[in-house]
Amino acid sequence: MHDGRGAVRRRAGARLWLSAGWLTLAGGAALLAPWIAPHDPLAQDLFAGRMPPFWVAGADPAYPLGTDSLGRDVLSRILHGGRIAFLVALIAGLATAVLGATLGLLAGFFRGWVDVAISRLIDIWMAFPPVLFSILLIAVIGPGLWSIIIAIIVIDWTRFARVVRAEAMGQGAMDYVASARVAGRGRISTLVVEILPNVLPTIVVLLTLEMGIAVIVEAILSFVNLSISTDSPTWGGMIAEGRTSVHQAWWVLVLPLIALFLTVLAFSQLGEGLKDRFDPVLR
Amino acid sequence: MLRQVLLRLVTTLVTLFGVAVIVFVVIRVVPGNPVAMMLPPGAGPEDMARLQALYGLDKSIPKQFVIWLGGVVQGDFGTSITTRQPVAGLVLGRLPATLELSVMALVIAVVWGGIVALVGTRFRGGRAEAAIDVGNGIALSVPDFLWGLVLILLFGVLWPVFHISGRVSPSLDLPFVTNFYLFESVIRLRFDLWWDIVGHMLMPALALAFPLAAIVAQLLKQSLKETMHLDYVTLARTKGYGETRVILREALRNAVLPTLTLVGVQFTFLIGGTVIVERLFSYEGLGNMAIDAVINRDLPLIQGIVILFAVIFTAVNLIVDLLYAVLNPRLRHA
Amino acid sequence: MSFLRIENLSVAIRGGGPLLRRVSLEVAAGEVMALVGESGAGKSMIGKAVLGILPRAAQITEGRIWLDGEDLLALSATARRQRIGAKAALIPQDPLTALNPVRRIAPQITDRLVDILGWDRAKAEARARDLLGEVQIADPDRVMRSYPHELSGGMRQRILIASAFAAEPRLIVADEPTTALDVTVQKQILRLIRDMQARHGTALLFVTHDLGVVSKICQRLTVLYGGLVLEQTDVRAFFKAPGHPYSAALLAATPRHDDPEASLNPVPEAVIAAAQAEVAAFDRSAPHG
Ligand SMILES: Nc1ncnc2c1ncn2[C@@H]1O[C@H](COP(=O)(O)OP(=O)(O)OP(=O)(O)O)[C@@H](O)[C@H]1O
Ligand SMILES: [Mg+2]
Repeated sequence: MHDGRGAVRRRAGARLWLSAGWLTLAGGAALLAPWIAPHDPLAQDLFAGRMPPFWVAGADPAYPLGTDSLGRDVLSRILHGGRIAFLVALIAGLATAVLGATLGLLAGFFRGWVDVAISRLIDIWMAFPPVLFSILLIAVIGPGLWSIIIAIIVIDWTRFARVVRAEAMGQGAMDYVASARVAGRGRISTLVVEILPNVLPTIVVLLTLEMGIAVIVEAILSFVNLSISTDSPTWGGMIAEGRTSVHQAWWVLVLPLIALFLTVLAFSQLGEGLKDRFDPVLR
Repeated sequence: MLRQVLLRLVTTLVTLFGVAVIVFVVIRVVPGNPVAMMLPPGAGPEDMARLQALYGLDKSIPKQFVIWLGGVVQGDFGTSITTRQPVAGLVLGRLPATLELSVMALVIAVVWGGIVALVGTRFRGGRAEAAIDVGNGIALSVPDFLWGLVLILLFGVLWPVFHISGRVSPSLDLPFVTNFYLFESVIRLRFDLWWDIVGHMLMPALALAFPLAAIVAQLLKQSLKETMHLDYVTLARTKGYGETRVILREALRNAVLPTLTLVGVQFTFLIGGTVIVERLFSYEGLGNMAIDAVINRDLPLIQGIVILFAVIFTAVNLIVDLLYAVLNPRLRHA
Repeated sequence: MSFLRIENLSVAIRGGGPLLRRVSLEVAAGEVMALVGESGAGKSMIGKAVLGILPRAAQITEGRIWLDGEDLLALSATARRQRIGAKAALIPQDPLTALNPVRRIAPQITDRLVDILGWDRAKAEARARDLLGEVQIADPDRVMRSYPHELSGGMRQRILIASAFAAEPRLIVADEPTTALDVTVQKQILRLIRDMQARHGTALLFVTHDLGVVSKICQRLTVLYGGLVLEQTDVRAFFKAPGHPYSAALLAATPRHDDPEASLNPVPEAVIAAAQAEVAAFDRSAPHG
């Protein structure tokens, strides 16, 4: 029994560190892309098309991860694509968290008609299938980076609102909140000073998961060409191009796919790991 | 029971009406003008007005809605802007492909997830269960789009045993009268065609099935394990039954009930996932058509597809509710 | 030789302390043996060990269990299970949770006959119908087709009793079979168990808190404290002169059926302390515990 728990905790710890490690590495590289990328991600070199990565015979050391069919450097494109992925993850994730958590806190803490209104809104939102929602939104506001970010915020705020509302309700019922009120704290101040810090771990977990979702949404929309203009490199766009030439140059598909796969997995495992860490009782 | 079913049908219709209103209104406030994109360069404003009149876009939004709804009641969903064909025909022509794919994925997910849950419960507390938990964790955190790409690499490129594009090999002569290819190939006993179709569907279906299978496995295993502590399971043990039999006969049916509702919700997500997975595998279904429609800003077509998806979603929820009532004897007699 | 013989049985939580401490007891064919003691004394644990349904966390660390002359613990898991299924049965404590809510009554009575003993279904159902008549259920055919939630608690306990007797077991473990029922129903069920036991000549291991009940239906009794047997004796002798101070205190603490107004004497602290000391002394003398 005891050693079993220890093993679970060790495994959870390793998962946490591995995910955090990958995200730091990939995020850092993406941030520094303009300085560390060996080539201009858009520069074509038609004489150096479909060069394989360095470990395959016939590679050109100038292109460590090879080139695509237009002779563009795969490494530089992955780095610049990562910039957009992490940018979307950060902006969309944070904005969704702020909007959703605020509404959830208000509903859970003030109860009454505020709660009724916000809960009703959540119900209506949940009845709408998310994929349809995003298609409809993109169709209406048109493709582009900001459309993706807006679509994520508009669709996913309920993820935060539902959970935070329930938690805020639970916290609001606790004695320490009552005593803070008796001690003369105002309502808003109680909300921010007493309740928010207790709900914060949950928000952080959800934010981590949401960032993974944002990365995948961005990749999907770039894949179908509804993201930003085709000349900025994105992982989804690279995957779409790689998909068509996979038999001639598999690395154009595989390498950005690995980057995407690991990043999505890392966000989600980090979120799950944090959930276990914050939860005093093991699931 | 009958009254509950009727009530449920009415609320379903109300939901669908709501969806229709929202979709209709949202689409009419599009900032860009889709009609303008259809005109050849050099067309004047009067051409524009003519075309708008043709699609009824010159009237007020409530008026357009009434006209449109009147058409819908008669099965007329308008005309696609890009193909100039009736939306209803286009959409219904693609529906069977998507339905077959979704149902195949659902069956795979439920069978696979169910087996994993049973094995995990049978060997709970051991290495097998730990391995299952890790596998579930990964299958869950990676979405269908990525599984699709991984499958393309593994079985389309590295070890090309399955088709990774299309719904059926283009060289084949199809004798079908409906678009339910998979179904009809069985009915006609054309197993050569059936084999080809399954070979095309298996990869996208697996991509869709992975995350759902993991959810089924996790939920069912959890509820099986909870059920295994109950008194009637213990009593069954004293009767001389082995662990496997106890799980299958005493625990499984009770454990399925709580899982069922969630599978219903998750199945709607799976259907939503067909949009991108169909695109990935160039599978000619509704989802693929939806993306083309968005790229071309073919508003009547988008509208038709979205509403059809909403109909499928609500129908799935309805079926799950009814199934739940049928499987649970306590509700059946209520 | 007794039908059930337990010899020096010790059960412990994996990685924890002992729950049963070298318990020995015998139940002869057709005999009714009571297990009494306060909550947590290990009464149910003994029944579970006999029926092979110890919780996963618990483990037999020592001892033997003989059922009908066979050493159960020496058998393979499958053989043990089938032997127990054929020769013993359980009447559970709570009839509300002991029937599977999604299965009809009939198969829950007959499945042991069909699956373990290989009867054919029609014969098993006829037998079930007879048994339901025997436990005084008025409309056996309707009841067999019902689901548990359609029946009252008393009905369900009758069904569970019928089911326990279905395979003519020679030993039944009844773990507080009436505590979950209405007071009015309790007496009927108790009488039913006694009558059935007498008619079928089944040995009964009867777990209870209630010494009043013991005096009515049991021949012998075992008093447990902390998983340790303090006294094992004939019921009549016990009520005349309990052989252990703890037993005497337990008897004094029991409400008297002939005089419910008589004041109760809770078990004195000193007696409990003495019993605890006895358990501690046992653990010191035992090589492992
Ligand atoms: N699954 C388990 N894990 C750990 N300890 C257990 C478990 N089940 C029972 N125990 C412990 O074993 C001891 C004996 O339990 P048992 O159920 O036999 O008591 P009992 O005499 O039947 O009491 P009661 O009159 O309350 O039914 C108790 O101390 C209990 O806490
Ligand atoms: Mg007990």
